[in-house]
Amino acid sequence: MPGARILPLVVIAVLLAAGGLLQARLEARRPVDLLETGELYMRSAKVLDRAALSYDALVADVYWMRAIQHYGGQRRSEKTEKRYDLLYPLLDLTTALDPYFSAVYYFGSVFLAEPMPGGAGRPDLAVTLLVRALQFQPDSWRLAQQVGFVHYWYQRDFGEAARWFDRAAAMPGAPPWLTALAATMLAEGGDLEASRRLWQQMMETAESDWMRETAQFRLMQIEAYVAINTLERIVMAFAEAHNRPAANWGELVREGRLRGVPLDPTGTPFVLEAWGNVTVSPQSRLYPLPDRPSPSGS
Amino acid sequence: MHLRARSIALVATHVFKESVRDKVLYNLVAFAVLLIGVSYLIGQLTAGQDVKMVKDLGLAAMSVFGLFIAIFIGVGLVAKELERRSVYALLVKPIERHEFILGKYAGLMLTLAINVAIMTVAYYAVLWGVAQSFPAESREMWTVPVLDPALMKAIVLIVAQFGLVTAIALFFSTFSSPFLSAALSFALYVAGHFGADLREFGAITESPLTAALCTAVSYVIPNFSVLDVKAAVVHGRPVSWTFVAGGVGYVAVYASAVLTAAMLIFSRRDFR
Repeated sequence: MPGARILPLVVIAVLLAAGGLLQARLEARRPVDLLETGELYMRSAKVLDRAALSYDALVADVYWMRAIQHYGGQRRSEKTEKRYDLLYPLLDLTTALDPYFSAVYYFGSVFLAEPMPGGAGRPDLAVTLLVRALQFQPDSWRLAQQVGFVHYWYQRDFGEAARWFDRAAAMPGAPPWLTALAATMLAEGGDLEASRRLWQQMMETAESDWMRETAQFRLMQIEAYVAINTLERIVMAFAEAHNRPAANWGELVREGRLRGVPLDPTGTPFVLEAWGNVTVSPQSRLYPLPDRPSPSGS
Repeated sequence: MHLRARSIALVATHVFKESVRDKVLYNLVAFAVLLIGVSYLIGQLTAGQDVKMVKDLGLAAMSVFGLFIAIFIGVGLVAKELERRSVYALLVKPIERHEFILGKYAGLMLTLAINVAIMTVAYYAVLWGVAQSFPAESREMWTVPVLDPALMKAIVLIVAQFGLVTAIALFFSTFSSPFLSAALSFALYVAGHFGADLREFGAITESPLTAALCTAVSYVIPNFSVLDVKAAVVHGRPVSWTFVAGGVGYVAVYASAVLTAAMLIFSRRDFR
């Protein structure tokens, strides 16, 4: 009889559904456990490495996914105060288990160095992570360049950045422009062209969509800076001609100094502030712009 | 003690057929489901490291599945025959006891080798599939090829590890219960990852006797960590075939010693 065959399946389905419901209710009533309060059960990389036996690379993958979940969870959360406390310990454990997991160093350093709320705002830890990577891959010019990049972009330490770019340039397979970059860094500090070149290179060598999108975003911010520099020159010229700053874009358009309301690379109008400064709109995806690099060379 | 290939092959074929009857190869389905399922699910969680993770997971799954088969089937190879009393019928046939042990070993190794061969095909197929989900510009940036033939070096050493574990499981099963044999085999497998730590401990201890004991034990217990090159091949780091051959040679020597001990114990065992 077909009914006799279906009945056990229905019973199983009902029991599974009931089990799921019960589990959901239990989870809702369970006291907040350690994991939810943001603790790590295991912090010793050495112990974890031993416990993983010969599956350390797989355990490293699990910790990498946890690091991404932690970073992504905090970044996307609606809380005003982001907490990236577990980010470095998770990255540290991942690289201790699998020291040749290069992506962790490149992504991790960006996750750590990005200022709050987009990242942990800890470029010092990003440098620590990268320097440790160089112990395992001492000839990796990309790692050395990344250290220089963190010093340059996030710490604005041009001397240290130049030293690392120089070191990267001396490594096998390094592109020749790194030597020029080191020289520019020392002579002029960070200019827009240097920033553009670094992010462009990062975009071209990105192994993942996330990294490529991050680089594209930064390149758009740099384009916005280039546009802002040009716009500020126009605004200044107007102010010199009229002995007062322009009140709005319309005045500049009417005088033929601009063809229309200027738009940033996302298509959002730039903001002309009362004292003649130009900036991106808070409504723009590019807002806020990072600290302005020196306009020289742009 | 003389060995007849025909008798060993007969027992080995029997073990293989029995493992097929016992649905041991069903683990292949679990392997495929795990690999395909994970490769489908992890996309959002890996920040572009899907291929690396599928490589790691595939090698680890091959290793774990094989390890469980080697231990749990290995410890039952002799025990089952004793329990069913079929060992009496087998041994009155012109099959020597040592041929019986070697045949059992060869049969389980055949099962494991076929198992790994099929897993390897599925593994490369899944890797190819995962790679296709990436845009061409991302694939161009990868420094290690997706269908890297070097992965075979890790797979060969995984099979070598099974050779060692199976010999150990078979050895314990010649004189112990299946449960105890499984526990001892697993314990020895775990201990086999701590040889270097044992030597380090020996180096820092003040007692020369303890130091000598630690060093001796570290060389007597099998060293499984030296046979692990999974992470190295996944990252495209150099692992020579000479090293792989050395690993296989080490397993051949160690497994031969363990099997000789198993044959010795089994040949002296009184079944009355």
